[in-house]
Amino acid sequence: MTTQPSGGPTPEQSLALYERMLLIRRTEEKLSADAAAGVLPGAVHLYIGQEAVATGVCMQLKDSDWITSTHRGHGHFLAKGGDVNAMMAEIWGKKTGICKGMGGSMHVADLSKGILGANGIVGGGLAISVGAAFGSKLSNDGRVTVCFFGDGAANQGVFMECLNVSSLWELPVVFVCEHNHFCEFTRAEQVTSGEIINRARAFGIHAVKVDGNDVEAVWRATAEAVALARSGKGPCFIEAETYRIKGHMEFEKELLAGGKYRELDEIEQWRARDPITRHGERLVKAGIATAAQLEEIGARVARQVEEAVAFSHRSEPADESLVFDLMFAGQKP
Amino acid sequence: MARKRYTQAINEALFEEMERDPKVIVFGEDVELAIFGDTRGLLDRFGRNRIRNTPICEATLTGMAVGAAAAGYRVVLHMMFSNFLYTGFDAIANQMAKLRLMTGGQLELPITILSGYGGGRSNAAQHSDTPHPLLMNLGGVNVAVPATPADAKGLLKTAIRGRNPTFFMEASGRGGDSGEVPDGDYTVPFGKAAIAREGSDVTLIAIGTMLKPALGAAKQLEANGISAEVIDPRTLVPFDEDTILRSVRKTGRVVVVDEARDRCSAASHIAAILADKAFGSLKAPVKRVTVPDVAMPYAPNAEAKVFPSEANIVSAASAVAKAA
Ligand SMILES: Cc1ncc(C[n+]2csc(CCOP(=O)(O)OP(=O)(O)O)c2C)c(N)n1
Repeated sequence: MTTQPSGGPTPEQSLALYERMLLIRRTEEKLSADAAAGVLPGAVHLYIGQEAVATGVCMQLKDSDWITSTHRGHGHFLAKGGDVNAMMAEIWGKKTGICKGMGGSMHVADLSKGILGANGIVGGGLAISVGAAFGSKLSNDGRVTVCFFGDGAANQGVFMECLNVSSLWELPVVFVCEHNHFCEFTRAEQVTSGEIINRARAFGIHAVKVDGNDVEAVWRATAEAVALARSGKGPCFIEAETYRIKGHMEFEKELLAGGKYRELDEIEQWRARDPITRHGERLVKAGIATAAQLEEIGARVARQVEEAVAFSHRSEPADESLVFDLMFAGQKP
Repeated sequence: MARKRYTQAINEALFEEMERDPKVIVFGEDVELAIFGDTRGLLDRFGRNRIRNTPICEATLTGMAVGAAAAGYRVVLHMMFSNFLYTGFDAIANQMAKLRLMTGGQLELPITILSGYGGGRSNAAQHSDTPHPLLMNLGGVNVAVPATPADAKGLLKTAIRGRNPTFFMEASGRGGDSGEVPDGDYTVPFGKAAIAREGSDVTLIAIGTMLKPALGAAKQLEANGISAEVIDPRTLVPFDEDTILRSVRKTGRVVVVDEARDRCSAASHIAAILADKAFGSLKAPVKRVTVPDVAMPYAPNAEAKVFPSEANIVSAASAVAKAA
């Protein structure tokens, strides 16, 4: 991807970043409404407020680069170029879903776009990303693997093991820790000692911290990290500070029955740093877009989301017999 | 007696056992606010020295349970969804299940591990497993599969007061079900099955979550003139062979209902016991109603296809009852 002399995105890239973030946001707002209405088949973990991280990172990647994702994976999927219709249909449990309705929200994957999949196991993507990068190293294919994971996952022992192996073997992997301040209903500081970034540094890994609500900052940090990883110099680590605006999952209120782990004030403070609003304001200020042009983008995205929902509704339910056909390759269970 | 929800019964057992013995401690991910509601309120009553949230680190949590038990505590470890037992499996399989023997009996490990199991709610493959067969196969751990609120409370008390590691498998989808729970302090012994319904034509052995559909099936069967006896083993390790053998000697026909995948399930183990010890009484092959050997699919229709249903149980029992 070409870079401006300043290291920032070109005007076209800036607009693309805006549109992609908005697509993630509007898609998830619709999911939130449908979850509240009780019509979605399964649970959804929403990424609202964190869009700048996935978008800033993935728009530095090629289709052939890999990513691994998390239970909060819609944003990663869409940012990496996954199809919104196919994701929506998956969440609705339809035959046309990207995983044919077999995986659902927590497991969206599209190998053709390098998306190795969302993951229901916290930390599950870590070693998978290291393995993918190991493959790239062995075949010298020039690919980079990005591993998205949360501050909570950083407390899994496998994280330390992955830092060690990837640094030792100079694997082309970029670890992106999305520090959104929460592990479910527990504040990160209640369960995390020291700074997560220092864990990477302890293994001799190049590590930076960025404002995860500033898509350009994420974009720039990723440019550097990906270049390093691609050049064979080994892994990089990015800690992106951001905030989970929605609950851990939709229906959280009902689940917790009045239990509380954060103040509404705090959510409002972070809303004021909304990554999409911020980037939109920047575009207008820099003369890259007018407010009217941003509205046009908004309208286009809204139509895309509407179409994704309509597509899901008119799709057939999952094909039940696939459960038996898909379990093994070329073998019956 | 009072009607209580399954989750509430577990919660009461925890309150009462923590009150009774200051050595009982509870830890796990998010036990303070409690996603399932079972550990709710314990923090306010007992404080962080008795119950606390841990980081997400299952491999460490299961090992810590062993160490804390060795240090004299009665450990209650909450592992949330039972799929997360897998991420904590090393210390379960290599330490917890083996150390007593390996130390020549020096170690005693009063550990209770809670985890919710089972599918049926579109949680997809990584949040829907029923892994009791794995645990049964370890040898050194008890496995309790309470199906009713009363048994949940009584079995949990037995587990916490016990001398050995016990996996207390919470029927995730049944947390809101209610039932009569005795007043006051009581325990339910391990290795003692419950006869949930008496009958004479066919024995339905139903494990954990499967008790409810089995009882439903028994009602339907009755309408068809088939009298089903329903047995709930309540614990899989130790296992009450006597109650089951007595029933099978009476009916000669058996269906075992288990939410685990079929291969090496509790159901297949029970079928093996019956082949071994009740061969002469059997009038028909022992049938198993289980989940096929696949990962749990997400789409509701696909999940329903592989999930054991009342209708599956009725048809298996009818076939067994008709067999010459
Ligand atoms: C191995 C494992 N343990 C526990 C869970 C339950 N769980 C789901 S999400 C979550 C918190 C994850 O926090 P973090 O990694 O920071 O990601 P975030 O939810 O903040 O995006 C937990 C404990 C799980 N899914 N997998």
